[in-house]
Amino acid sequence: MLSFVARRIAAAFGTLLLSSVLVFLAVQALPGDVATQVLGKDATPDAVAALRTQLGLDQPAWERYFDWVRGALHGDFGTSLVSGKAVGGEVSLYLGNSALIALITVLFAVTGSIVLGIVAGLYRDRWPDHLISTVSLVGMSVPEFVVATVLVLCFSVALPWFPAVVLYGPEASVGQLLPAVWLPALALAIVMAAYIVRMTRTSVIDVMAGEYVTTARLKGLSTWRVVTRHALPSALLPTLHVIALNVAWLAGGVAVVENVFNYPGIGKLMLSSVQNRDLPVIQAIALVSAVVYVCCNLAADLAAMALNPKLRTRGRTR
Amino acid sequence: MTALTLAPVAGRAWRTLRTSRTAVIGLAIVAVHVLIALLAPVLTSYDPIANDSSEALLGPSWSHWEGTDQYGRDVLARVLYGGRYALGVSVTATLLTVALGTVVGCAAALRGGWFDDVLGRVLDAILSVPSVLALLVIVTALGTGPSVIVLAIAVVYVPQVVRVVRGAALAVVPADYVTAARARGEGTWAILRREILPNITDVVCVEFAMRASWVVLLISSLSFLGFGADPPTPDWGLMVAENRTAITVVPMASLAPIIALATLVVGLNLAADGLSKAWGVDRIREGN
Repeated sequence: MLSFVARRIAAAFGTLLLSSVLVFLAVQALPGDVATQVLGKDATPDAVAALRTQLGLDQPAWERYFDWVRGALHGDFGTSLVSGKAVGGEVSLYLGNSALIALITVLFAVTGSIVLGIVAGLYRDRWPDHLISTVSLVGMSVPEFVVATVLVLCFSVALPWFPAVVLYGPEASVGQLLPAVWLPALALAIVMAAYIVRMTRTSVIDVMAGEYVTTARLKGLSTWRVVTRHALPSALLPTLHVIALNVAWLAGGVAVVENVFNYPGIGKLMLSSVQNRDLPVIQAIALVSAVVYVCCNLAADLAAMALNPKLRTRGRTR
Repeated sequence: MTALTLAPVAGRAWRTLRTSRTAVIGLAIVAVHVLIALLAPVLTSYDPIANDSSEALLGPSWSHWEGTDQYGRDVLARVLYGGRYALGVSVTATLLTVALGTVVGCAAALRGGWFDDVLGRVLDAILSVPSVLALLVIVTALGTGPSVIVLAIAVVYVPQVVRVVRGAALAVVPADYVTAARARGEGTWAILRREILPNITDVVCVEFAMRASWVVLLISSLSFLGFGADPPTPDWGLMVAENRTAITVVPMASLAPIIALATLVVGLNLAADGLSKAWGVDRIREGN
């Protein structure tokens, strides 16, 4: 079992290393010379050459890659081409604001959708199931910006309970941001929950048809006990992966919603750095997102292993 | 795909449609959208990109059923024509994505060994970068335009299709007829086309419908962010972005494209649900 955990963690590191190479290569492929972009078109060739040396652009690509990775491991992602500040500090500032949204989203989406999925699964093909399935179908059929726009219309315009846009910059305190967090979190939770509800419903139906659930029923256990003690632990197992993937999806999913609400989070930084071709910032965001993705998958795999004794002996899982 | 493989698929699809109400409703909704997009010039006499500042921001009336936007353009005309961009780009992108993903996924299942291992690692690495960020970088690098967006969608979604198809093909590869074809000395490509593909058409079709619904959503999000369709192109995501600020004045200008977008995706999702249920493809698990 220990060797399995070790192998899984090693694989995660391998993936991360490979994604860092891909990210670096992809960003290098962006057209336009960074030095010319920073200095403008009228810069003298001498100035451009000097800046290229200063930015290390005259080094070969693989050397720059190793420099970048070495810096990243120490938390140094270079300096932003636009603001001139350290990228690490800037990204973590925005990331912290997004984490606030992500935390509330995950809390709402996971608890809400598991409960709804279980209800739909237990009342299969009756009205609660039809209602929940229809709503989740609609939830997965509308893009985030539509959910966000409708929420603004309902809870900022019609009922002025929450602010429609955030007026603070990235340095805002948690207290200042807190009133503005709920609508973006709700929008993301609705989109995210749709998938988890469907997955939970399917696996609850699968498990409830199993023989050991029938046995537990025949033993005369109450329905509540059958569901909570016998069915749920194995029903939630396949749901773990969907949850992990959705949490990883949040890293990119926040981009649209944060722009609707003008929320100073990682998604807004992502969009503006792409618009400004702020390469160090793009690289750092991509790497951080890759870390989130790999960690979520790793956590789901390890949790699934902890819950499922069968997986502990098998060589590898997918 | 050759006629040889298509004929039984068509027959099977017809039988499925007679049994699955969900699939019929879904495909009917999509068909209505296709018809509307094709017949847009017949259905409305307005030009979707003609500005008329004297008619700006009007509510619904007899001459403009869904009102006008800030430039005085007829909202209904823009919604009707908007389907052309949404359907055209997403169908092309989905076709390319699913075709590439199917070939690579089958090849990975068939070849196995180091090819499969290396491919799996690379795909995992691509998947770890958020799709929105990857799309934005590609569009920034190559410029906007339908062909770039088709390419970008393919880059982002091919890895996921490969995984699904590889999983389905792995179940077929150990079959005796594949071994027999190998023993006959047939090449990888011939085995792929004649032995594997016909047996995973159901998975590929469900994957197509499901992927199409995601592609429509992603393309509209991209347009909404200002990286997709160039204004004045009539596009639903772009329309929501343009008319959102005036949502309290002319709510219909934002609602109409939202409804069009949502119905198209609901149709695609219903089709994917119905087909997967009728064919016994585990859609939710395939999807992840």
